[in-house]
Amino acid sequence: MTAAVLFQNVSRHFGTVKAVDAVDLEIAAGEFFAMLGPSGSGKTTCLRLMAGFEQPTGGHIEIFGETAEGVPPYRRSVNTVFQDYALFPHLSILDNVAYGLMVKGIGRQERHRAAEDALAMVKLPGYGQRRPGQLSGGQRQRVALARALVNKPKVLLLDEPLGALDLKLREQMQEELKTLQKSLGITFVFVTHDQGEALSMADRIAVFNDGKIQQLGTPEDIYKRPQTRFVADFVGSSNVLSSATCARLGVPAKAASLRPESIAIGTSWAEQLSLPGTVTARSFLGATNRVSVDCGGEKIIVASPAAMPVPEIGAEVQLAFSRNDLHLMEDA
Amino acid sequence: MRSDRSTSAPLGLKIAAIGGLAFLHIPILLIFLYAFTTEEKSYQFPPPGLTLQWFAVTWNRPDVWAALTLSVKVATIATAIALVLGTLCAAAVSQTRFFGRETISLLVILPIALPGIITGIALRSAFSMADIPFSFWTIVLGHATFCIVVVYNNAVARFRRVSGSLIEASMDLGADGFQTFRHVILPNIGTALLAGGMLAFALSFDEVIVTTFTGGQQSTLPIWMLEELIRPRQRPVTNVVAMVVMLVTFLPILAAYYLTRDGDQIAGAGK
Repeated sequence: MTAAVLFQNVSRHFGTVKAVDAVDLEIAAGEFFAMLGPSGSGKTTCLRLMAGFEQPTGGHIEIFGETAEGVPPYRRSVNTVFQDYALFPHLSILDNVAYGLMVKGIGRQERHRAAEDALAMVKLPGYGQRRPGQLSGGQRQRVALARALVNKPKVLLLDEPLGALDLKLREQMQEELKTLQKSLGITFVFVTHDQGEALSMADRIAVFNDGKIQQLGTPEDIYKRPQTRFVADFVGSSNVLSSATCARLGVPAKAASLRPESIAIGTSWAEQLSLPGTVTARSFLGATNRVSVDCGGEKIIVASPAAMPVPEIGAEVQLAFSRNDLHLMEDA
Repeated sequence: MRSDRSTSAPLGLKIAAIGGLAFLHIPILLIFLYAFTTEEKSYQFPPPGLTLQWFAVTWNRPDVWAALTLSVKVATIATAIALVLGTLCAAAVSQTRFFGRETISLLVILPIALPGIITGIALRSAFSMADIPFSFWTIVLGHATFCIVVVYNNAVARFRRVSGSLIEASMDLGADGFQTFRHVILPNIGTALLAGGMLAFALSFDEVIVTTFTGGQQSTLPIWMLEELIRPRQRPVTNVVAMVVMLVTFLPILAAYYLTRDGDQIAGAGK
């Protein structure tokens, strides 16, 4: 099957800055794909390369089997939902949504009907006559979505689509986006710096840093089996154990990651690994207690369920965890 | 402005304000008044009598028509040139980054900061050196130098508010460069261009200094008026023309003011 988006050794350098550096990427048709990373990691540049706003300085890009480099944005069957929504302030909502159809020369009646349908799809029926300035942030976001989807793109690109919304609206939109994507079957590629968003919405995630993909995999893979220290840190702040600590555990490795919620305090049995340590800090986070433990110079964070007793600061404790929860990493 | 409106200003301040306004506007009213006087050799106060005959006389003077037509033509063409070049320049300066951008921005604005006489002398010597005969077109070029600035200033301010992502959004939705210009850029900068164009037209219409240096035998309306004042003949005709010039330049400026004011509201609505 042809990949929706294919990057072969793609680079985008700005002078000496390597915004995107030799990236290989294959996004399957119908996939909900997330590009996750801190700002300046190259994820947005990758999106702009797909949209056509940037041209690669090296490598090859295909969109559904068609070569994309040199093709301007207006001749690509992809549409973008912009971070600031970029609604046209001088047009009504209906004309905003119908814009893509208008420039294709589709008649007024037909394009307005299609725009009405698209607005209904994003749950904004009857908002057509308003102006962008009269809508709330969440509503504008939906309009931007309708404006892109009305063109029936093969790939929909979303640039930090939920970044400007408040928490409750974000969670609601996350669900709606996912439902929408499944029902339309369109490939969604979205950029985010929020690991929670990426984990909850995407089928697969590419974690970016310094213009390169650090790890590519399912949310579970990325979360449970980070391959590099960066991924372990960035996605859900895993503990990264040094090679010395690994050696004490009898595991030969340069480094290993261990999730805070995989560690129990004080209970240990035969098949488990254990580390002695001193409690240095603790804080109550609602569902869990966050306990910092100093294990011979290595600080380990434990997420202990709120129902469990919490040791006092200064208490000597045993940390216990299964060998399966310890993931060896390639780099230190 | 003070918030408690009921407090009235002291009497002295009121008198000063009225005096200042009177000083500014009574001479203009006098021009209007003497357009109707029956005395054609000198301005005596009060006018010996009032008449409408000078409007008919003015209407039938071919030299007035020649000067008026020339002025309108020059202003129209200079404004048209300024609209194209000023908009392109504003687009370049506000939408892209390149080496020397700030310098170019300054150089474009400079002609309006320079005294007209400098621009005039500079253009005159340049035209002479290049062996370009002084003509209608040299006047147009002279006027275009400062008309561009007015259009540029208006356009660049509006361009800064048209975010780059609007243009990208338009391209993303399938519009090529021309369609994007027509459907997104132009509607967003249109009122600014209209305002800039009107100001440019008004500036060109009453320009004297640069015209003096760059004109050949032709007299634009302001030049014609100067000449009329020096050798008086049917003096109230000048006043009639002055009234017309005032209306022709005042209305566009007023319109430009209201257009840019409303434009602010439209452009700000999306933010």
